[in-house]
Amino acid sequence: MLHPLPHSPSYIDPVVSIESLTGGYNGELVLESVDLTISHGDFVGLVGPSGSGKTSLLKAILGTLDVYDGRVLVNGVDASVRRPRVGYVPQLETIDWNFPVTVEEVVMMGCTMNSPLFPWVTGLQRKSAARMMEHLGISALAKRHISDLSGGQQQRIFLARALVGNQAIVLLDEPTSGVDIKTRDDIMHLLHELNHQGITVIMTTHEINSVAAHLPRVVCLNGRIIADGPPSKVLTTEILTETYGGPMPVIHHNGMAIVVERPHRFGYHARKGEDQDSAGLEHQDIV
Amino acid sequence: MFEPFHYEFFVNGIVAAGLAGALTGLVGVYIVLRKMAYIGHGLSHAIFGGAVVSFVMSINFFVGASVWGVFSALLITVTARKRTIGADAAIGIVTTASFALGIAIISKYKTFTRSFDAALFGNVLGVSDGDVLALALVLSVTVCTIFVGYKLFLFTAFDSEVGRLYGVPTGWVDIMFSLILAATIVVSMQVLGVTLIAANVVIPPIIARMITNSFKRMLLLSTIVGSSCGIVGIYLSYYIDVSSGATIVLVGSTLFVLALMYNIIQARRHRIWSHFRKKPAITRIPFSSGKL
Repeated sequence: MLHPLPHSPSYIDPVVSIESLTGGYNGELVLESVDLTISHGDFVGLVGPSGSGKTSLLKAILGTLDVYDGRVLVNGVDASVRRPRVGYVPQLETIDWNFPVTVEEVVMMGCTMNSPLFPWVTGLQRKSAARMMEHLGISALAKRHISDLSGGQQQRIFLARALVGNQAIVLLDEPTSGVDIKTRDDIMHLLHELNHQGITVIMTTHEINSVAAHLPRVVCLNGRIIADGPPSKVLTTEILTETYGGPMPVIHHNGMAIVVERPHRFGYHARKGEDQDSAGLEHQDIV
Repeated sequence: MFEPFHYEFFVNGIVAAGLAGALTGLVGVYIVLRKMAYIGHGLSHAIFGGAVVSFVMSINFFVGASVWGVFSALLITVTARKRTIGADAAIGIVTTASFALGIAIISKYKTFTRSFDAALFGNVLGVSDGDVLALALVLSVTVCTIFVGYKLFLFTAFDSEVGRLYGVPTGWVDIMFSLILAATIVVSMQVLGVTLIAANVVIPPIIARMITNSFKRMLLLSTIVGSSCGIVGIYLSYYIDVSSGATIVLVGSTLFVLALMYNIIQARRHRIWSHFRKKPAITRIPFSSGKL
């Protein structure tokens, strides 16, 4: 296990309640009859194929998804009525890295939530930005341009922007996509640390083995919720096959569920005339 | 050297060019960073239609062109928000239709006595005190707006989607900038001309971007570069007897080439230095060593 447990969500104190949510964009349904409760201190990973509604579910919590039925309550308030105070880290691929902006300026953008129409950043906000950068270990980079940093440091900038307004919930859209193993591990350790400090973390990921398997709670999604629970219960062949709409064999090794990529039939094993079983997977391993 | 300054029209012209250059340079930063460069090109052509209509209807040029410009800017901004159309197509439709209307009116009323060369290519001889005043007014309003709304403009230009989540009225910011751009084009038309305004909106911010990595410094540098291009351009146009707008844009283009060369030389120097730096040893394992 890469990251220490236990996390301690308070199950009597839901911060996000999604009740029979049906929603999408321009009349096109993306999510149907979704029910999900997320408690204070939870650390949830949303997994599912591309287009399954992971980002849309985050947008529903942020109050920007068109809701056709049901409702989303954040801290007891309907997200479509009042924009919730939630930190958001977008996919880093969507950021314009050539934009002339320093690390400090990006972090201070996060203070906007507290006073969106006040024209300038106050001294107090400047101090909290400095504190947050210190907390996330990027204060030495404050004056650097955003493109001069490594993948892990870039992710920390946007985490700092998401948290600088004292948000207790942070949503991350594929925070580990496109980064190397070391950076991915750094990011996950940081998120676990923040979670231990009481921040509720909800993230989407495509990396089942390296990320989702190490989270305390995983939600499988494909337009609707297929399964919700700890990875040991959720990451099974049946559930993942249903989620992804194709065979997803899972083996268990040292108490960890591992999704195995099926060897394709165009490479080495096809030439040798071997089938899947003889290529290394045995029936008794698959759960 | 100071001979042209004895003429009032030249003094007016050089002040107007400096102000127009500063204004287009300042507004251009947002336009370039928001990747809306084509809007400057399109809007200037759209406003030409308004200028012709205002002349035919005997309405004051500033009033006619401003109303037309504001209307076009709003139409482009609102149409561009439709996912199925997109900003480039919206600009293409609104501006070419407006420009075509201007051309149609000119060809219909053959008795036109006024030359529109000045509106198309700029003419320093035609700059009046009123033009200078209008430029100074729009520049002051723009500087104040950017000073007051700096935080909102920065967030919208950098990450408008997240900005909206954080309570920034990104839609209003875009509309505000389209209106400022429309006003910029209307007041700069006499100096730069419709066809060349778009270049002056784009060139100074790009030069500034090549020099600095800071948004604040980019705003300042782009304003200075735009203003300098305007002043030097007008001064040169007096001696080489070429259209003022064209000379200003050519000065800007030359500066752009110089900045580009500076960037290329810097990159080469960096590469050469890194070549001489001590490299870490590479561990090579032969295939026959049995370690694989």
